[in-house]
Amino acid sequence: MSSRTLDLVSPGAQLRPRPMIRRLRPTETIMRAVLLACGVVSIATTIGIVLVLGLESLAFFREVPLTDFLFSTTWQPRLGQFGIWPLLSATLMTTTFALLVSVPLGLAAAIYLSEYAHPRTRATLKPVLELLAGIPTVVYGFFALTFMTPLLQAIFGPQVQVYNTFSAGLVMGIMILPTIASMSEDALNAVPRALREASYGLGATRFETIAKVVVPAAFSGLVAAFLIGMARAVGETMIVALAAGAGPNMTLNPFEPAQTITGYIASISGGDISYDSLDYQSIFALGLFLFLFTLVLNLVSQWISRRFREVYQ
Amino acid sequence: MSAAPETAGGVIHDEAAYKRGLRLRTWRGTAWQNFFLLAIVAGIAALIALGFTVVNDAFGYVIATYETPAAELAPNGDLNGLSNAELAQILTEHTPSRLAVYIRDYLYSGDPAEFAKLPMSQALPGATLLPGAENRTVRELNDEQQAAILGDNLSQPVLVTIVEDNVVGESIYQTFSLTESLVNRAGIEAELASAPEGATLSFRSWVSLDFLLSPPSANPATTGARVALLGSLWVTALTILIAFPIGVGAAIYLEEYAAPTRFNRFIEINIRNLAGVPSIVYGILGLAVFVRALATFTGGRSILSAALTMSLLILPVVIINAQEAIRAVPLSLREASYGVGATKWQTIWRVVLRSATPGILTGVILAISRAIGETAPLLLVGASTFIVSDPSGLLSKFTVLPIQIYNYTARPQQPWRDAAAAAILVLLLVLLLFNATAIIMRQRARRRLSA
Repeated sequence: MSSRTLDLVSPGAQLRPRPMIRRLRPTETIMRAVLLACGVVSIATTIGIVLVLGLESLAFFREVPLTDFLFSTTWQPRLGQFGIWPLLSATLMTTTFALLVSVPLGLAAAIYLSEYAHPRTRATLKPVLELLAGIPTVVYGFFALTFMTPLLQAIFGPQVQVYNTFSAGLVMGIMILPTIASMSEDALNAVPRALREASYGLGATRFETIAKVVVPAAFSGLVAAFLIGMARAVGETMIVALAAGAGPNMTLNPFEPAQTITGYIASISGGDISYDSLDYQSIFALGLFLFLFTLVLNLVSQWISRRFREVYQ
Repeated sequence: MSAAPETAGGVIHDEAAYKRGLRLRTWRGTAWQNFFLLAIVAGIAALIALGFTVVNDAFGYVIATYETPAAELAPNGDLNGLSNAELAQILTEHTPSRLAVYIRDYLYSGDPAEFAKLPMSQALPGATLLPGAENRTVRELNDEQQAAILGDNLSQPVLVTIVEDNVVGESIYQTFSLTESLVNRAGIEAELASAPEGATLSFRSWVSLDFLLSPPSANPATTGARVALLGSLWVTALTILIAFPIGVGAAIYLEEYAAPTRFNRFIEINIRNLAGVPSIVYGILGLAVFVRALATFTGGRSILSAALTMSLLILPVVIINAQEAIRAVPLSLREASYGVGATKWQTIWRVVLRSATPGILTGVILAISRAIGETAPLLLVGASTFIVSDPSGLLSKFTVLPIQIYNYTARPQQPWRDAAAAAILVLLLVLLLFNATAIIMRQRARRRLSA
C-alpha cells in the first residue's frame, strides 16, 4: 500500500519521497494505547465498585449472618441487629409511589407528544418537561418538605407526619417523570407508521389506534422505560434523606416516617463514623444490595429494548 | 332504512345504534386526549409549583431584633465598607472578653482544650503576630494585641460575619413567606406588635450580594453561600479537568479504534451499566478508595477526593454523549482526510475532533451540570457541613452548594429554610448559566455543520 502511495509522487516534484515507512508512526501507537487506557478506566471503575463493595460486605457478613440480613425485620445497628426489611420496605414504598405518579403521567405525556402534538407545540413542551430532569435532587427534597408535605397535611389531615414516605415518593415521581416520558416517546416513535395507517384504514379512531396498535407494539420499550425509572427511584437519595424520615421503621403506613436504604447510608455518613465499626461496614452491604438491584433492572431493561429493536428493523 | 334489520350474526346494528357507538368512540377519544394533555400540564404545574415554593421562601418580611443595630457601627449600617482594622476595633469595643474565643474558633485548628496553654507561635503557626506576642499565650495578650491578630489574619468577610454575629446580634424572630407578605400585611403588623421590644419589620431578600459573599455562620440571618459556592467551583473545575480528557479519549477509542471484539463490546455495555448505577454507590466507592485507601495522596476528605469521585460518576455520561457527537461526524470527512494522506491519528485530531467539538462540549456541559447539583456522593466523601474558610487548594476541606442546601433544609426552623431557598436560587442560577452555554454551543455547532 505504501509503495503505491510513493508511485503517485511525481519524480520531478520538490518533495523527495521519504523512505518507505512500514511500521506505524510512534504517535499512532502511543495515542491508540492512551485512548484504550481511557476506555479501560470504566472497567476499572466497575472492578473498583465490585471489589470495594464485595470485600467490605464480606467483612460485614462475617459478623452478621446473611440470613439475618435478608430476612430479619429489625434494623438496630446499636443492638447489632441488621435486618434489611425496614429499610427495604421504605425503599419499595417510595419507589411504588414514585412509579404510580410517573408511569401514568410519563406515558400519557409521551403519547401526547408523539401522537397528538403539532411539531411546533412539541418543540416547546418537550424542553419544558426536560427542565424537570435538570433540577438537582436536593431541590426536590426541599420541595417535598416545604410544599408536598404541607399540601398532604391539608388534604389528609394531621395523620400525615412531617416526615413521611408518601410525600417523598410523590415528589420522586415528578423527578423521574421526564425520564419515563422521554424513553416512552422514543419507543412510540419507533413504531412504524404503516401500523398506524393500517389501523386508520380499518376505521379505528386515533385513540383506538394508540390503545390497540401503537402502545402494544411499543410495549417492550415502555417496559424498559418503566425499569429504568424504577432503578432511578430505588437509588434516589436526597429526596428521601430530607423528606422520608430519619429512623428505620417497619411500617406500611405511607403517612409515617421511615428510612430508606439510601436514606440510611446518607444519614450515617453525615456524622463522624468510625471506620472499624459494623455501622460503617453495613453501608457497603447496603451499597452492594443497591448496586445489584439496579444492575439487574438496567440489564433487563437493555435486554428488552435490544429485542424490541430487532423486531422493527 | 331506519328499520335496518339486524343480520344473522348481529354484526350490523341499526344505524341509530351505530351512530351512537361512533359518538361514544369519538367522545372517548377526546376524553383520553385531554387526559394525555393533562399529564403534560401536570408536569408543567409541578415545575411552576417548585419554582414558586423556592421564590416564596426566598423573599418576604422578617421580624428581627438587634443587640446593636449596624447603623450605630458603620455609616449607613454598611459593615462591608469597613477595613479590617476598623472591624477589629468594633470587636474590641463591644466584646473585649470574647476576642480570644474568636481567635480559637476562626484561626486555631488543634484541640480546643490545649489552646489557652500554647504560646501564639505554636497555636497559630504561620500567622502574622505583633512583635512580642509570639511567646505568650492568648491570656497573656491584651485586647489590642488580640484584636490585631484577628485583624491581620482573618479576611474581611469573615470579620464582618464575626461582627454581625456577636456585635450586631441580629436574631430573626419570625419570617413570612412572599405570599403572606403581599396578602396579609395587617396580620404581619399584628405579629410585630406582639414581638419583643425593639423588634423591626423589614422586607428581606434572602438571596443578596451579602449572602453570596459571606461565609456560613451559625445564625441564619448572617449566613452566606461564599464558601459553598467557591467549593462548588473548585470541585466542578477539577472534575472537568479529569473527566473531560478521559471521557473524550474513551469515546474516541470506542468510535474510531475499537473493532467489534468481545472485549470492546464489554467496555461498551459496561459504560451503559455504569451510567445506571445510583450516585450514592459512587459515593461509597469514593469513600473507600479516595478518602481512605489513597488518603496520603488525596488528603482524605478533600476537594481532590470529591472531584475524583464526581469524575467517575459523570464519566459514563460524558463518554456516551461524546460518542454521539463523534458518530455524527460524516464518514466522508474522514475519507477525505485519509485521501490526502493523513494518518489515523491526524485524521482524528484535525478532522473528526475539530468538527465534533461543539457537540462534545454540549454533552460534557450537560454532564457537568449534573455534577454541580449532585449531593449524595459528596455526603459520603465528606463535604464539611460547617466550614468558614475559603477552599485554598486541592487538599483543603470543602463544602458545596447542594450540601449546604441539604444542611439548611434539614433544620426545622423556618429562617434556615429561607436561607436554603436562597441557596437553591444561587444553585439554579449557576446551572442556568451552564445550560445556557450548552444551548449557545449547540446553536454554533448547527451553524457550522450547515455552513
